[in-house]
Amino acid sequence: MGVDRWITCAWAVFRKDLQVELRTRYALGAVLLFAVTTLVAVSAALSAATVKSEVKAALLWIILLFAALSGLARVFVREEEAGTAPLLRLSAPATAVYAGKLLFNIALVFAVESVSVPLFLVVLPPATVNCGLLFGVLILGGVGLAGSSTFVAALIAQASSGRSALFFIVAFPILLPLVLIAVQATVGAFDSIPTHNVQAQSALGLLALYSLVMTTVSFLLFEYIWHD
Amino acid sequence: MTNVSKFGPTVGKIALLLLLCATTVAGFLWLPAAKGFPQPEMARIVVFHVPCAIVADLAAAVAAWYAIVYLRCRRFTDDVKSSVSFGLALLFSLLTTVTGAIFAKSQWGGYWNWDPKQTAILMLLLIYVAYFALRAAIDDPRKRASLSAAYALFAVVAVPFLTYILPNSTEQTLHPKNVINTRDGLDASYKIVLWAGVFGLSLFYVWAFRVQVALGTLELRLNERFRAASQNKGVRPVIVEERK
Repeated sequence: MGVDRWITCAWAVFRKDLQVELRTRYALGAVLLFAVTTLVAVSAALSAATVKSEVKAALLWIILLFAALSGLARVFVREEEAGTAPLLRLSAPATAVYAGKLLFNIALVFAVESVSVPLFLVVLPPATVNCGLLFGVLILGGVGLAGSSTFVAALIAQASSGRSALFFIVAFPILLPLVLIAVQATVGAFDSIPTHNVQAQSALGLLALYSLVMTTVSFLLFEYIWHD
Repeated sequence: MTNVSKFGPTVGKIALLLLLCATTVAGFLWLPAAKGFPQPEMARIVVFHVPCAIVADLAAAVAAWYAIVYLRCRRFTDDVKSSVSFGLALLFSLLTTVTGAIFAKSQWGGYWNWDPKQTAILMLLLIYVAYFALRAAIDDPRKRASLSAAYALFAVVAVPFLTYILPNSTEQTLHPKNVINTRDGLDASYKIVLWAGVFGLSLFYVWAFRVQVALGTLELRLNERFRAASQNKGVRPVIVEERK
């Protein structure tokens, strides 16, 4: 099988998921509304308080993490619920399916970030914003978040009941290091203390490494769980 | 089974019990107080804490190994071994966390300090719990085996990232370094008791592992027979027909 066909398959899976999503906007709506409502709750509760940049970075990533967890499992759960998974297994190679699903989830995370982060910066403005650094953190962190969640979604889609609760339990310990690293990097983007900035640089590298390693491992392991 | 082969394991178990008792007694009575710690008398718990941590890591490594073997060869016995070893890793990690928290309360002033090693073991505990939650939620035995093995390996890869995170985690750990190398004001006798504890707990791990694997394999064979019987004689299993 050539690389061309693999790319065609992956792109087809991505486009199919995008089309289905745009028809119902189920995942997008869930994730976006989750992000916005938590943001409103947080900013309302903290309206009178002065918040340090460490706390703001932590809040931002808690919001992003929980919002992502509320919608990223849809890609695989939908296939199992509709009974279309076997057809997908027959019509495309496993890694191509995974690539398409991963691409869709990355797009979803970026969509959420592009709405909730500007909103966050408006309602909880940090002292300074290092745009380049923040941009890097959001992109690398978003890819890592989508990467690990997509694999866990493939696992829990096979479970017989209680999928959404299970998704959270199973994905959380794997995403914990990602969120801690991302918070550290975001702190550097939210203030101009030199040590924070230096830490943020190294955290950014670590984020890239996390995304790379977890995505590679998930591609390797996906073949073992998809045809079963 | 002859009498000799029955007699051997019994002697072994009694010897193991005596060894574990001996390390406990030695920890309290034989060892001198550890001078390098804020509370020297309370630091004796390291002779239980460190062996538990080592055996927990050992059990997790065995479990990950059998997860790889299962994905390669697809034998259910490997899945049983992997899950049993993860269960024991959970047990020893819990013991490590509890003894570590007691140590932390007496030496550092609080049960939980978000020390990098505490963060890491918390994540490990969460992974073990999630592993068993995932297993419990999947009905099909084939899927359960392969999905949980895949999750275990995926989680194993994520763990090392924790050792790099949070302010200067590699330098500013509260954990005493080189306890096993006995440099931190620990008497050389600690080394003997520590390694005796590691040896005893490892033997306990091997014993518990073998008992549980034997049980799991029996369950597996029972289920196979049950399925074969229900396939041969219609939907009803044999036991129901015999009772009639």
